[in-house]
Amino acid sequence: MTLYYKYLIMHLRAQLQYKGSFLMLSIGQFFIPFTIFAGLYFMFEKFGTLQGWNFAEVALCFAIIHQSFSLSECFARGFDSFSSLIIRGDFDRLLLRPRHTVLQVLGSAFEFTRIGRLLQSLIVLIYAISQLPQLWQWQHILIILFMIVNGVCIFIGIFMLAATLCFWTVQGLEIANVFTDGGREMAQYPLNIYEKWVMKLFTFIIPFGLVSYIPLQMILDKMEAPLWQAMLIPFGGSLFLIPCYLIWQFGVKHYRSTGS
Amino acid sequence: MRTYTSVWRIRFLNGLQYRTAAYAGIATQLFFGFIFIMIYVAFYNQATVEPDLSLQQVVAYIWLQQICLSLVMLWVRDPEIFELITSGNIAYELCRPSSIYPFWYSKLLAQRVANMTLRCVPVTIIVLLIPEPYRLTLPSHWITFLAFIVTLLLALLLVVAISMLIYISVFWTMSPTGSVLLFAVLGEFLAGLVIPIPLMPQWMQFITYAFPFRWTVDFPFRVFNEHVQGSELIIGICNQLGWLFVVLAVGYWIMNKAVRAVVIQGG
Repeated sequence: MTLYYKYLIMHLRAQLQYKGSFLMLSIGQFFIPFTIFAGLYFMFEKFGTLQGWNFAEVALCFAIIHQSFSLSECFARGFDSFSSLIIRGDFDRLLLRPRHTVLQVLGSAFEFTRIGRLLQSLIVLIYAISQLPQLWQWQHILIILFMIVNGVCIFIGIFMLAATLCFWTVQGLEIANVFTDGGREMAQYPLNIYEKWVMKLFTFIIPFGLVSYIPLQMILDKMEAPLWQAMLIPFGGSLFLIPCYLIWQFGVKHYRSTGS
Repeated sequence: MRTYTSVWRIRFLNGLQYRTAAYAGIATQLFFGFIFIMIYVAFYNQATVEPDLSLQQVVAYIWLQQICLSLVMLWVRDPEIFELITSGNIAYELCRPSSIYPFWYSKLLAQRVANMTLRCVPVTIIVLLIPEPYRLTLPSHWITFLAFIVTLLLALLLVVAISMLIYISVFWTMSPTGSVLLFAVLGEFLAGLVIPIPLMPQWMQFITYAFPFRWTVDFPFRVFNEHVQGSELIIGICNQLGWLFVVLAVGYWIMNKAVRAVVIQGG
C-alpha cells in the first residue's frame, strides 16, 4: 500500500510539472461529459420524462456512473494503456520485480486530468440530490457512496479484462470499448429502458445494474425493499473483480514476451 | 496534382492493413448504434407531442452517424503529424517540393476515406436487414440519395479543412492536448453528434447555425432522412461551399504564417 502511495505521488508530481497542459486537459475533460449532459437536458426538455423517471433521477444515475468512470480512469489508467507495456516489452521488467503484477500495473500510470470529469459529475450529483428530497438521509447518501465505489470496481474489472486480452492480441482492441465506454453510455440511463437481453447482460454478466439501476429504484421509492438490501446490493459490483482477477492471473501465466 | 493522388493512395493502402481493427470496429459501431436507438425509442414511446423529427428519421440519423463516423467525426487523431511538429521532423516536410497544406490535407482526407470504406459496407448491409424499429430506411427517391452523396462529400471536405486548423494550432501550442480536446468536444456537440440538432431547443439551434460544424454532420444526414428538402437543400449546399471556401482560405493563410515563423524543435 505504501508503494502504491509512492507511485501515486510520483505520477502526480510528474503531471503537475506541465501546469498549463494539465489545466487545459482538465478543462477539456470537464466538457466531455458536460456536452453529453447538455444533450440529456435537451432531451428531457423535449420529452418531459423517460419511462417514469424524471430529469433529476436520471441525472443522479448519470452522475454516479460518470463518477465511477472518471475515478477508475484516473487510478486504473495502467490497465487501460496496458497494450503499450506489452508492445514495448516492458512487462518483462514488472515480472522480475518482487511485487504483485496488479499493483505494479496500477502504479504504472495515473491520469489526474480526469479531475475535470470528476468535478463535472460531482456538480451534477449535488444538483440531482438537491432536487430529490427523498434522498436527504445519511443512509441514502451512504448508499450512493457505495454505488460509486463499487462502480469503480466494475470499471477496473473491465479494464483488467481488456488488458488480459492484450496478452494474446498484443494490440489493444477497440471491442473493449463496448464494455467501458459502451457500459458508461448505457448505464447512465436507468436500465429498464433497454431491451430485456441488454438489461440481463448488464445486470448478471457485467453488474452495472447492481450499482445503479436496482439500488436507485430502492432509494427513490420506486421499489419496496428494506434498507439493508439497498446497502448490500451495490457490493455485487466488487464481486465482479474476483473473476477478473483470476482471468488476469491466468493471462500472466500465459504471457510470452514480444521482445524488442 | 499527381503527387497528391499518390499520397492519397499510399495512405489508403496503409489504412487497409489494419483489418482486425476494422472488424472490431464494426462490432463496436453496431453495439453503439443499438444502444442509442434503444434510448431514443424509450423517449419516443411516451412522447405526448410528436417532435420535429420522427423516430424513423432519428434511427436513420444514428445509423448514418455510425456508418460515416470516420468521415464526419471532427477529431480523428493523427499522431504522425503531431510528432512531426513536436519532434522537429517538420524540417523534412518543408523540404518537400510540394506545398505543405495540400499535402497534409490529402493525407488526412485519404485516412478518413480508407477508414470508412472498410467499415461502411458490412455495417450498412446489416442495418438494412435488421428488424424494425432498428432498420435503416432508405430515402424514397433516388434524387434524395444523390443529394445526400453530394452533401456528404462537401461535408467531408469541410471537416478535413476544419481539422487542419487543429493541426496548425499545434505549431503554437506545441502540445496537442487541452485546447484541441476542448475544440473537438464543443465542435462535435455543435455538429449534432451528441443529439440530433432538430431535437435541441430553438435557442440552441440558433447557436449551432452560427458555426460551420453543423454543415458537416447534421445537414447531410437530414438530407438523407428527407428532413431538409427543396430550396432549403440548395441554400444548404451554398452554405457548405461558402464555409468550405472560408475555412480553406483561413487555414492556408495561417499555415503560411506558421511555417514562416516555425521553430524547428529537436535534439
